[in-house]
Amino acid sequence: MTTLTFIQPDGSEKSVAATEGRSLMEIAQGAGVAGIVAECGGSAACATCHVVLPQDVFDRLGPPEEHEEDMLDFADAPREPCSRLSCQVNVTSDMDGMTVRVPAA
Amino acid sequence: MNRVVIVGAGQAGLSCAAKLRTEGFEGEISLIGNEADAPYQRPPLSKAYLLGNLAADRLLLRPLGWYEEQRVTLRTGVEVASLDRAGKRVTLSTGDTLAYDALVFATGAEARPLPDTLLRGRRGVHTIRDRADIEALRPELDAASNVLVIGGGYIGLEIAAVTRGLGNEVDLVEAAPVILGRVACRETALSIAALHEARGVRLHIGQGVASLSGQGRVTGAHLTDGTEIAADVVIAGIGAAPRTALADAAGLDISNGILVDACGRTSDPSIFAAGDCACYRLPDGDLRLESVGNAIDTGEVVARSILENGAGYTPKPWFWSDQFDLKLQIAGRAQPDDQVVVREAPGEAKSHWYYREGALVAIDALNAPRAYQVGRKLILEGLSPSPEVIADASRPIKDIFNATRAALPAI
Repeated sequence: MTTLTFIQPDGSEKSVAATEGRSLMEIAQGAGVAGIVAECGGSAACATCHVVLPQDVFDRLGPPEEHEEDMLDFADAPREPCSRLSCQVNVTSDMDGMTVRVPAA
Repeated sequence: MNRVVIVGAGQAGLSCAAKLRTEGFEGEISLIGNEADAPYQRPPLSKAYLLGNLAADRLLLRPLGWYEEQRVTLRTGVEVASLDRAGKRVTLSTGDTLAYDALVFATGAEARPLPDTLLRGRRGVHTIRDRADIEALRPELDAASNVLVIGGGYIGLEIAAVTRGLGNEVDLVEAAPVILGRVACRETALSIAALHEARGVRLHIGQGVASLSGQGRVTGAHLTDGTEIAADVVIAGIGAAPRTALADAAGLDISNGILVDACGRTSDPSIFAAGDCACYRLPDGDLRLESVGNAIDTGEVVARSILENGAGYTPKPWFWSDQFDLKLQIAGRAQPDDQVVVREAPGEAKSHWYYREGALVAIDALNAPRAYQVGRKLILEGLSPSPEVIADASRPIKDIFNATRAALPAI
């Protein structure tokens, strides 16, 4: 089992046991992490699951697809260098211990 | 306020339950659903789930442990048989009664069936609303060669795209002169029609189904222009009707849905409604939407109203549809006589911008996420670049956005 920690803009944290192969969005939704609304259920259609990843994980994943890039450019919370839509990032074992930041909208 | 009973365990019911807890409500929450499943996402049913690309447990909106953790009593496979408003309690199909301080209708909508005069008891004719509908359809599709889709709305078009992708011959019949007639502008409809035709879906626009053929099981259809179509499976996507029977029987006001005020309250102050089943009476008119965004937002509006810290519903309509390799994203609410401005800029795909009395009111983006995001934000913020600026393909959308926001001269 892979453990992830979601950190809110106010600094509060929630650690969650994550199943590999699921998306970060599904993990956050299941745990009721605030700020991850995911209205479109993972279609990269709404940008309401915006997160900021650690630099090393972001680099390892490779760049997002063009559609996700464009959605991120105008997400409600301003895009940061390591921003991703959490519905487009699947959990892998090497993410164990990762802290995922939920940006302030 | 100690006991909240929510009738309907879909997106709106779940949204209400979750919001009650995040707002600090400590009392009892009962969530009652007539399907066997815990609350799940419906949009993938006509897309990834039908294709078999998504396991059933990944449709769930929350893992089962969430209900226990949040002390939400989930009862699935149960109907509410009756409502006693004076006694403030509901009786379930199991015979149990539940008392409430606040009752929420989140009963959704149901697919309109084809008329019996067409059906005549034939097998092989489907509608799509619930996961069970997909389970019934899938084995028939596996054995089918020819699929007839009746209705050129979103469900019909998504189903046509998926079944075509599965290798079937697909005919789609739409009685109106254009597909998506009620929900998209002519320009969007023509683009989507062209996509379907390019992928081999045979569109029969402006045609009705005069009769179905086949004894016992459907084998085809005759259209009103005399065209004969072979069909092993017929799928009707001809709209949905709000589920209001229980509310109606209890004497609540009904008008194209369960009628509620801007706070989601029905004509009985202890009873609320959210999602597809609810018609919100707002300052600028009545509004009943069938969409995920509306279900989430109105579920939350009702939760706050129950706790008496509500601000009322401010609709932020948005919608999406996946068909073949097209992602259509819509923000705002268009009307048939809005002015439509076409934007087709390099590297940005195509978008249609709707203006009413000079103000931007809606956008349809076709594989154009950047335009969608910009349009959505401008609409939310009440900003309107001029139609000429939007139509100017030489200006990147980001520049238009920044200039409009900064209230700089738009040219």
